[in-house]
Amino acid sequence: MSKSSGRTFFLRPQDMIGIAILAFILLVVLPLALDNFRLQFVGKYLTYAFVALGLVLCWGYAGILSLGQGVFFGLGGYCMAMFLKLEASSVENTKIQTTPGIPDFMDWNQITALPWFWEPFKSFAFSTVAVVLVPAFFALILGFALFKRRVGGVYFAIITQALAAIMTILIIGQQGYTGGINGITDLRTLHGWDIRTDSAKTILYFVCVGLLLACILLAFYVKSSKLGRILVAMRDKEDRVRFSGYDVASFKIFVFCLAAALSGIGGAMFALQVGFMSPSFVGIVPSIEMVIYTAVGGRLSILGAIYGTLLVNWAKTSFSESFPELWLFGLGGLFIAVVLIFPNGIAGLWQSYIAPRLGPLFGGAARRTTPPAATPPAAPSSGTAAPAAAE
Amino acid sequence: MFADYSLAELGSIFVMQGFAGLILFSVFVLMALGLAIIFGQMGVINMAHGEFMILGAYVTYFTSQFFLNYVPGLFGAYFFVAMVLAFFAAGALGMAVEWLMIRRLYKRPLDTLLATWGLSLILQQVYRSVFGPREVGVELPNWMMGSISLTDSIEVQINGLFVMGLTIAITVAVALLMYKSAWGKQVRAVVQNRVMAGAVGINTEKIDRYTFGLGCGIAGVAGSAFTMIGSTGPTSGQLYIVDTFLVVVFGGAQSLLGTIASAFTISQAQSTMEFFLSGSMAKVLTLLGVVIILMLRPQGLFVIKVRR
Repeated sequence: MSKSSGRTFFLRPQDMIGIAILAFILLVVLPLALDNFRLQFVGKYLTYAFVALGLVLCWGYAGILSLGQGVFFGLGGYCMAMFLKLEASSVENTKIQTTPGIPDFMDWNQITALPWFWEPFKSFAFSTVAVVLVPAFFALILGFALFKRRVGGVYFAIITQALAAIMTILIIGQQGYTGGINGITDLRTLHGWDIRTDSAKTILYFVCVGLLLACILLAFYVKSSKLGRILVAMRDKEDRVRFSGYDVASFKIFVFCLAAALSGIGGAMFALQVGFMSPSFVGIVPSIEMVIYTAVGGRLSILGAIYGTLLVNWAKTSFSESFPELWLFGLGGLFIAVVLIFPNGIAGLWQSYIAPRLGPLFGGAARRTTPPAATPPAAPSSGTAAPAAAE
Repeated sequence: MFADYSLAELGSIFVMQGFAGLILFSVFVLMALGLAIIFGQMGVINMAHGEFMILGAYVTYFTSQFFLNYVPGLFGAYFFVAMVLAFFAAGALGMAVEWLMIRRLYKRPLDTLLATWGLSLILQQVYRSVFGPREVGVELPNWMMGSISLTDSIEVQINGLFVMGLTIAITVAVALLMYKSAWGKQVRAVVQNRVMAGAVGINTEKIDRYTFGLGCGIAGVAGSAFTMIGSTGPTSGQLYIVDTFLVVVFGGAQSLLGTIASAFTISQAQSTMEFFLSGSMAKVLTLLGVVIILMLRPQGLFVIKVRR
């Protein structure tokens, strides 16, 4: 991307239009068109969109396929859930327990004192920071160990998948400390503000959208920076980048940590909006499903990932409501189709079929500012995904 | 954790848990053999491998039902028929999948992972719709039931012994096929240098298809053996897929010997720890250990040196 005249900021004009359309859909159209119940569903889907966003950077741009994003989603979610759970288990609320003041599941498991790693989560400030830093730190250790030793591609995918399995088994096994298979449930208030009411959920929806838009801007910034171009170069010819004097491993570690932090934010928003966190969002199956959201949206498209997440989840919800048996066929078929038939997802379809026809309508303005880049630029794919948004 | 047991008891515990570990080892080896061929030799990540195994298990179940209802006199021998049927059923499905899907994806290994995951979801749903969601178990023939007592405190089950014998036989057969037969030489040639193999007249596409079919067929046999020691449900395959991949990666993807060695290490570590810790912690520690060793030695235990 050369510094063409149409680019004032780090966003190209068509990116700005795309973000504006997305913001309009999420902030205006959906809240007006959907009832509270459905809007909460969209809010839940959008928490997965944080993960999909991270995967676009990590997988689409840097070529690192992580099958363990659920771990980071879970870490972020658990950090938030632990804070909320501690607030919900005040001494007055839990006076019927053997040990008042600790979460109910600990009491059921004959634990009489709060474990040391729960202590810091009494502080809201610490928990908020932990939501971002715990997943990022975990990713840092993992990335440092693997990328410095040049483990990549398939091996990285398998190892991260194994970690997702380990994490699930660990959470389920250590029931007294983590709530086991039920997870951390019955979250009530945030600083005394009841998060279970409809109005609170609506506010949280807008907070979630706001955070998501901020993360999208961050992703665009990373993509358009020099760092973003090195990531793409690394994906396409790793050795050449290494021989040019760049420390390939550090770039990979950075983008992996960034993706982990984004997933953590998503997890925290999930815990806030849905009111619980459980190992069923950590394991192998959710982690790989998050990859498919990205793949359906277009692994190279930042905005596409959001639409992909909404589309797949909307399809999942409506199929599982009416034809539960068909959904696995649909999801399985989607995996195969997105690999064999449209590898660039809906963003790719938009790019090759719809965008060329829209070009003349705007006097070819878009074309002048789009140099023939090596990677298809992120395109607003609102047209294709509109049915999803409108339900 | 050892303090509560006397020395003799500890000895028996290790032998018994070692034996349980050997059964787990057999299942790992049978599953990992097919995967080692497909992943190690062809570079394809077959996430649906567990589902091919379950296909073999269902074939075995239906063969046992058929023998029970129509030829009860031969019931003692049904397993051998079932094993052959399972091999061909899973192998045929594997070849069809290779032809429809995998052959377009050889240059994109990460995408084979996603596509075969999709396939595994579809197969699971097919099993659930066709065979029902409940787990099924086969009836063992009389000669396979019971156990042999070696000493007062050590007993071994006959079905476990049988599965182990079967594992050894299949491993030897696969090793002979890959390293002694003309066909195996062709497979290895294609793996090492596809273009040159094609240039000297090997039909690489056909080799790919049969190799994939063979890997899936062995998974089918693994499923057959699996029915001897556990029951089968539509999602049983997914329980083993991550362990199996770790076995193959840990052993060094292209080495059959490495696969066997790593299956042995992982299964023994897991079953010995299972006695002293809870099952879940044993699994966590085993997997974590494998992941840490892989971080230190990413290419696995055994590496084949190939000039590329």
